[in-house]
Amino acid sequence: MAKRMQGIMESIQTLCSGDHGNEGFMQDDEDEEEENGVGRLTSWAELLGFGLAVFSEAIAPQLQCFCDRTLGFAVGQGGSREAWIKAVAMAMSLVRKAVKKGWVGALAPAARVMSQALSTASEPITLDIPVPFKAHKVETPSVTVETSAQELTNFFKTMFIMRRMEIAADSLYKSKFIRGFCHLYDGQEAVCVGMEAALNDKDCIITAYRDHCTHLGRGGSVLEVFAELMGRKDGCSLGKGGSMHMYNKKGGFYGGNGIVGAQTPLGAGLAFAQKYLKVEGVTLAMYGDGAANQGQLFEAMNISALWNLPVIYVCENNHYGMGTAEWRSAKSPEYYKRGDYIPGLKVDGMDCLAVKQAVKYAKEYALQNGPMVLEMDTYRYHGHSMSDPGSTYRTRDEISGVRQERDPIERIRKLLLSNNIATVAELKTMEKEAKKEVEDALSKAKESPSPDSDELFTHVYRKGYGAKAYGADRKEVVVKLP
Amino acid sequence: MFEALREGLGEEMERDPNVCVIGEDVGDYGGSYKVTKGFSEKFGSWRVLDTPIAENSFTGMAIGAAMTGLRPVVEGMNMGFLLLAYNQIANNCGMLHYTSGGQFTIPVVIRGPGGVGRQLGAEHSQRLESYFQSVPGLQMVACSTPYNAKGLMKAAIRCENPVILYEHVLLYNLKEKIPDEEYTCCLEEAEMVRPGTDITILTYSRMRYHVTQAAKTLVDRGYDPEIIDIRSLKPFDMYTIGESVKKTHRVLIVEECMRTGGIGASLRSAIMESFWDELDGPIGCLSSQDVPTPYSGPLEELTVVQPHQIVTAVENLCGKK
Repeated sequence: MAKRMQGIMESIQTLCSGDHGNEGFMQDDEDEEEENGVGRLTSWAELLGFGLAVFSEAIAPQLQCFCDRTLGFAVGQGGSREAWIKAVAMAMSLVRKAVKKGWVGALAPAARVMSQALSTASEPITLDIPVPFKAHKVETPSVTVETSAQELTNFFKTMFIMRRMEIAADSLYKSKFIRGFCHLYDGQEAVCVGMEAALNDKDCIITAYRDHCTHLGRGGSVLEVFAELMGRKDGCSLGKGGSMHMYNKKGGFYGGNGIVGAQTPLGAGLAFAQKYLKVEGVTLAMYGDGAANQGQLFEAMNISALWNLPVIYVCENNHYGMGTAEWRSAKSPEYYKRGDYIPGLKVDGMDCLAVKQAVKYAKEYALQNGPMVLEMDTYRYHGHSMSDPGSTYRTRDEISGVRQERDPIERIRKLLLSNNIATVAELKTMEKEAKKEVEDALSKAKESPSPDSDELFTHVYRKGYGAKAYGADRKEVVVKLP
Repeated sequence: MFEALREGLGEEMERDPNVCVIGEDVGDYGGSYKVTKGFSEKFGSWRVLDTPIAENSFTGMAIGAAMTGLRPVVEGMNMGFLLLAYNQIANNCGMLHYTSGGQFTIPVVIRGPGGVGRQLGAEHSQRLESYFQSVPGLQMVACSTPYNAKGLMKAAIRCENPVILYEHVLLYNLKEKIPDEEYTCCLEEAEMVRPGTDITILTYSRMRYHVTQAAKTLVDRGYDPEIIDIRSLKPFDMYTIGESVKKTHRVLIVEECMRTGGIGASLRSAIMESFWDELDGPIGCLSSQDVPTPYSGPLEELTVVQPHQIVTAVENLCGKK
């Protein structure tokens, strides 16, 4: 055993020193890649070294097992990059198991080192956006975007969770756990996920009623969303808002608005406050192709252009305003041009990276020069809301066509596979974890109770004025407000 | 009175940098009723914002700004124009605190002149208090003297709830000596104008002056009316009103709202519900006629309640003396 350990430690040291001789650990083709490869392998070697250190506190058989399944595996596979990735993944899962079984107490530092190593191990990846931008009164941003393995993986995970969440909401509605209106976002996930990648916590987002996923993107949890949809106490608005009224003050998410287009002046007001309070942030006032014909939108655009407010008007063009196609409702369906004096960009809204690039560009622009319009060319698979089958005004072929060719999750999946960031098996694991997360949140939300009857009268006024709130017959004091 | 409003607003703007004024012609023009005269030079154009004529959106903007913590004061050049912003006021302003589960407060003040003026025509003589009174989450106050105008303005700005402050076009030139030291008026309290024993007359805004004028005649004829300016239109100060009803047992409401669905209608049912046992007779209510306000002078006078009508109503309720 000790001899074996000795041998392995020597191999690691060889790797770290960069002298790889004929070992065949470095099987990368390009010289450039080889250099980067050393860097990567050093971190991975460190990682495995840590794993070893962790396991050295454990008993010998486990250590043997660890070495076999990690170092032994990688070496046995010829030391290719894929093999090392697998070895590292295995190391992580073994360490996790060890900690769970209580063998070692050093989870936190080990995990930290592992994730640091893994993130330094994801070098920046440069990709080209396939669908070009269209611009109105402004230069287009570059089609080359920089991302990383971690970012793409996060895109995949987040969008998958959002997709599962919306599908779960669909079945909840059909089983009457959710009542009233429920507007689902599946198909459009790339817009809010791509946006978040370009924003920080100083920025504000306000959107309309298709807000479940936007709430998630701004820091909400799946539990809060489900509980709110079902009108339970643990919902983000304490069960009093519902599907269309989700807010997250900490995350800078201002809702969640029911009346079409009314959120655009609110968004201009948020941007006004940001400029007034000298916060280096922008507001994204989101609306749909249906709302693009509202007068108040143009009023808000006028004022925000006049006062140079840092607001970005994001039109999520899913081509249908409930049952009316865009060519039937707008004389000019080129929504990015309808700001007229406000510059605009048309973006492929099914591509996370394109959205990220456009929002990043627009943010820089807005902070300097004032408002900009972004039109996200996207698509919703469900109907407008749950009462709309979604197929009376469009063909099923169209829906399945978009799903096949432009689905945002599939696009990221292809990128992850083609860039060797993850294997099919790993993606399946991620999907499984996401499904589990959504299911756990769902069952927890189902257990959450309805709000108490007192809650009917709270939050009508802030710091009530000592009034009493009566029941309908005004004879019985139901609750005395604070 | 406009100076009192200006003082109140100015003091609050000095006290709290988050207070700003949004409205049409409030900046360089100084406000169409001179309430914000001089503010643009003093506070800068970023705190006194001249907007284009877009009530819906600038009210919406004020609400959005208030969600982040600013305290905007929205001026409707005439209250009637705020009908264009009804959606923002009803759905967003009043309801956001509730639908967000308490996460956001909207400390916005919406103010402006309303009421029937001197032959301004139907569309410029709106009384919006009756339209907004059902919106949950809003507080409404009506000022009537320079003293309470300044006090209510300050209190409204400091209040965490959205407040609509109703001013009256014809009261802007009222003069009164007001204290130099700082004071605020309670937003939910009614004001005792003249204590009495025979009948409780409840009124607000401009009708207060018609009532006090009628009171002179009534006193000459031997009546002792108790006049209360209710000030707080939502919520009603049922405590002060109740104490008065227990004393006099007769109530007359004099208001400028339309008869149908006006403040008087709500107040009448609220008093009847709570104080039925104290009443000796039906509650009288004098309101404006349910017609669009005509342009012609004499016709316009017929639309609103006049002092002699108040005298007649009191005599009918109390019996001839």
